[in-house]
Amino acid sequence: MSARPISTGSEWTFELIEAYHQAISRAARKFKLETYPNQIEVVTAEQMMDAYASIGMPIGYAHWSYGKEFVAVENRYRRGQMGLAYELVINSNPCIAYLMEENTMTMQALVIAHACFGHNSFFKGNYLFRAWTTADAIIDYLVFARTFIQDCEQRHGEEAVERLLDSCHALRNYGVDRYQRPLQLSLDREAAKRREREDFRQSMVNDLWRTLPTKDSLPLADGDSRFPLEPQENLLYFIEKNAPLLEPWEREIIRIVRKLAQYFYPQRQTQVMNEGWATFWHYTLLNQLYEDGTVDDAFMLEFLTSHTNVILQPAFDNPYYQGINPYALGFAMMGDIRRICEAPSAEDRAWFPGLAGTDWLSALDFAMRNFKDESFIAQYLSPKLMRELRLFSVVDDDQQKDYQIAAIHDDRGYRQIRQALAEHYDLGSREPDIQVYAVDRRGDRSLLLRHTPHQRKPLGQSTGTVLGHIARLWGFSVRLEAPDEHGKWTLVGHSQPPT
Amino acid sequence: MNNIVDRRLNGRNKSAVNRARFVRRYKAQIKQVVADAIGKRSIKDLERGERVDLPREDTGEPFFHHAPGGRREAVHPGNREYTAGDRLPRPTGAKGQGDTASERGDGEDDFSFVLTREEFLSFFFDDLALPDLVKTQLTRLPDYTRVRAGYTTSGVPTNLNVVRSLKSAAMRRRTLQAPHARALRDTVERLEGETDDDRRTALELERLRLTGRIRAVPFIDTIDLRYNHRIKLPRPTSQAVMFCLMDVSGSMDQERKEMAKRFFALLYLFLTRVYVRTEVVFIRHHTQAAEVNEEDFFSARDTGGTVVSTALALMNEIIQARYHCGDWNIYGAQASDGDNWHTDSSHCRELLAQEILPKVQYFAYVQVGAVEEQGLWQAYAELAATSPKLAMQKALSVAEIYPVFRQFFTSKHGT
Repeated sequence: MSARPISTGSEWTFELIEAYHQAISRAARKFKLETYPNQIEVVTAEQMMDAYASIGMPIGYAHWSYGKEFVAVENRYRRGQMGLAYELVINSNPCIAYLMEENTMTMQALVIAHACFGHNSFFKGNYLFRAWTTADAIIDYLVFARTFIQDCEQRHGEEAVERLLDSCHALRNYGVDRYQRPLQLSLDREAAKRREREDFRQSMVNDLWRTLPTKDSLPLADGDSRFPLEPQENLLYFIEKNAPLLEPWEREIIRIVRKLAQYFYPQRQTQVMNEGWATFWHYTLLNQLYEDGTVDDAFMLEFLTSHTNVILQPAFDNPYYQGINPYALGFAMMGDIRRICEAPSAEDRAWFPGLAGTDWLSALDFAMRNFKDESFIAQYLSPKLMRELRLFSVVDDDQQKDYQIAAIHDDRGYRQIRQALAEHYDLGSREPDIQVYAVDRRGDRSLLLRHTPHQRKPLGQSTGTVLGHIARLWGFSVRLEAPDEHGKWTLVGHSQPPT
Repeated sequence: MNNIVDRRLNGRNKSAVNRARFVRRYKAQIKQVVADAIGKRSIKDLERGERVDLPREDTGEPFFHHAPGGRREAVHPGNREYTAGDRLPRPTGAKGQGDTASERGDGEDDFSFVLTREEFLSFFFDDLALPDLVKTQLTRLPDYTRVRAGYTTSGVPTNLNVVRSLKSAAMRRRTLQAPHARALRDTVERLEGETDDDRRTALELERLRLTGRIRAVPFIDTIDLRYNHRIKLPRPTSQAVMFCLMDVSGSMDQERKEMAKRFFALLYLFLTRVYVRTEVVFIRHHTQAAEVNEEDFFSARDTGGTVVSTALALMNEIIQARYHCGDWNIYGAQASDGDNWHTDSSHCRELLAQEILPKVQYFAYVQVGAVEEQGLWQAYAELAATSPKLAMQKALSVAEIYPVFRQFFTSKHGT
C-alpha cells in the first residue's frame, strides 16, 4: 500500500486517471464489488451536452425532441444557470462513463468511484437490470436502430418517420412490460432475430384480421369473445402486433421505441437505490483511499465539498426545496443499513431482526440485488432515519378543504410514512393506469382503452393529443373509457385517425 | 480490460441534426419571429441571431399523466411543528404539492432559444428565393476576430471577472448597509450619552439588531457576478459606399417599403461580403430629395408628387463631396413604384448615363408593387440595354427581388 499520495494539485492527466482507477479498483475489490469492465471516455462540455440531450444514449436516432432538449440544456448552461453533471454512465458492457475535461483531478476520481464502480456494479447486480436489459447488446442495438431509422427516412421521407416517432414517443411509458415475466435472456441474438421475423409473419396472419373478409366463415363460433382476451398494459406492443394497417417498417420502428423504453425502465424504477448505492460507494471507496494514504487532505476537502453538495436535502419550507433528493435519501439509507448491521440499537433489533448484527457487506449486496425503489424503501427505511430527516406525510384530497398531516416521524406514523414514500416511487401508481380493453372486430375496428383511476386522480391535459397519436398508429378510431361516480364505464375521450 | 479513451477530438456537434429538425418543426413560428425582427432591425444589423420564444404547449411532448386532483399523499422532509392530524389551509396558487405529473417544473411559460446567425439568415433568404450557391456565398464569413466587448451579467464560470464582480458586490453591500449603518452610528451615540438603565437596554438591543441587519447583507450575491464578454467581428477585405434611394411619395405604402427594405438589406449583405467597410447613405425623395438616417428613411411618409431626378442629383453631389470614386466602390440601389413627373424621366436618364453610371460599380433599380411600365421604367430600360452596370427588375413580391442581383453576382464572379 503506497503511503504517498498519487497526485497533488488539481490538474489531471491520462496517466493519473489510470493510476486512480487502479487504486479505486483495488479498494473496490476489497469490498467485493462486481463490475463490468470500464471504458472511461474524456469528453468536452459540448459533447456532454450532446450526451445529455440524447438521454444518455451514446448513439441515437435523429429526432427533433432531442434537438429541443439540446437547445434547452445549452441555454441553461451558457447562461450559467446550470452546471453540467460531472458524469454520465451507460449501462453497457463494457460500462461507458464520460468524464468532462473541465473537471479537476479530484472530481475525476470522484466520478470514477461513483460511476465506474458504484453505478457499474449496480447495473451488473440489480435484478431489474439483469432481467430487462442486455448490457452486452445495447450498443449494437442502438447502432441498428439508428441505421434502420435513417434508412426509413430515405425510403419513406423524414416527415413520415418523424410523425411515427412522435406518436411512439407519446406512448413511450406504455411500451414496457411491467409485471410479465421476462423472456429468456440466454437466447443469442440470432435466435431473437429469427423469432422476430416469425412474430412479424404471425402478425400478418393474425386471427384477428383473418376473419374479417369472409364474414360467414368465422372460425370463432363464440361471436361475443372479446379481443384481447385480457386487458393489455403494453400499448405499443399491442399496436405493433395487432394494428391492421401498419407497414412492416412502421412495426419495426414501434419495436425500437418500445425496446429502448424497456431498456430505460429499470433506471426509472431504481433512481434512489442506484444513486444512493453509487454515492455510498464513492464515499466509502475514497475514504478508504484516504485511510491508505493514497490521497491527501486537499483531495479530501475538495471531495467532501462536492459530496455534501450532492447529498444536500433542503427542508420542505426552504426556497430551494424541489422534493426529496434521491442522492440524499439513497445515501442515507445505504449508510443506515451499514449502521444497523454494525451497531444496532434496540429499536433496530425490533424493526430489522434479520439485519441487525449481520455482515454489512453481504446485507448491502443483498439489498442492491433484489429490490427496486418502492420495495427498497418499504423494506429498509428505518425509524431512526425518518426521525433524522424529520419526514412527515401530507394528504391533499380535493374533497377536503384543507391539507391534512397524515403522519409524522413518531411511533404511530413510521409505518404510514414508509408506505406513502414507497408508493411515491411506484411507477405503477404515478402513471395513469390505461390499458387496451377491446377491439371492435366486427364493426369499425375501433380500439377501446380503459383508464382505471388511482385515488380519483384525473387525467392530464394532453390526454386528447395522446389519443390522437394512438389513433394514428392504430389506423382506426380510438375510444377511452373511465368509470363515473357510480362505477359505470363511460366514454371520456375519443379520437379519429388523421385522414 | 479497462479502457481510457480521449473523445474530445471527435464527434463535435452530434446534436446538429436534431437541432436542425427542431428548427424545421417550428418553421412557421420562427419565420414570423424573423420577419418581425427584419422589420425592426437596421439593414446593417441582419447578421446576428435572434431570440425565439415558443409557447410551451407547442413544444411540449404529450403523454398520459395525472392532472392535479384526487387524493394524493406526499412525504416531505424537515418537519418542524406539525403533528398527525394537523390541518393546513390549501395554498391559493393551486400548485400541485410534491408529486406533480409534469417532469419539467422550471416554471417558464415559453420555450426560448436563440437562433444562430446562420439560421437567421437562412430564414431571411427563404423568402427571397435565392439559389443555394448564393446562400452559401452570403452565409460564409470571410474571417473572424474575437474582440473584448465589456462585461455581461450572465456567462459561464470560466469567464467570471473576479475584480468586477467584487466591485459590484462592494457597491451593493455599501448601498444596502448604508441606512442601517447610519442608524447604528446614531444609536451608539445615544447609548454613550444615556444613563437610564431601561433605555440603555433598549438601545443596546437596537444596536444588536442593526448590527445583525448589517451582517445579514451577503458578501457576494448572484446579481453581483460579472463575466468577461467577447464577441466575434467579421474581418473582410476594402471599402464601399451604398446609396439607397427611395421614393416616399404617397403611393409608397408600408408593404412596398418592406419590400424595398429587403432589397436594400440584401444588397448590403452582398457588399459586406466583399468589402471591409461598407457605408450606407440614405436618400429619400418626393418632389425634393434629402439625406436622412435609416429610421426616417423607412418610417417617414410624405404626400404629393414625385421628381426622381432630385434624388439622383443629390446622390451625385454627395459622391463628389464625400466619396471620391478612386477610393470608394460605389453602389446605387433605387426603389420606387415607378411614378414620376412625366417630363422628369428623360432628365433622370441623362443624369444616370452621364454622371452616375461612370462613377458607380453597379446601379440597381427595382420597381415595387406596380406592374405597368411607368415612365421611369421606360427611360431606364433604354439605358439598361446598353450599360451592363444598370440592372432593373419589377418586384410584386419579395421572391422577385433576387433576380436583380443575379447579373451583378455573375459579373463579380467573372472577374
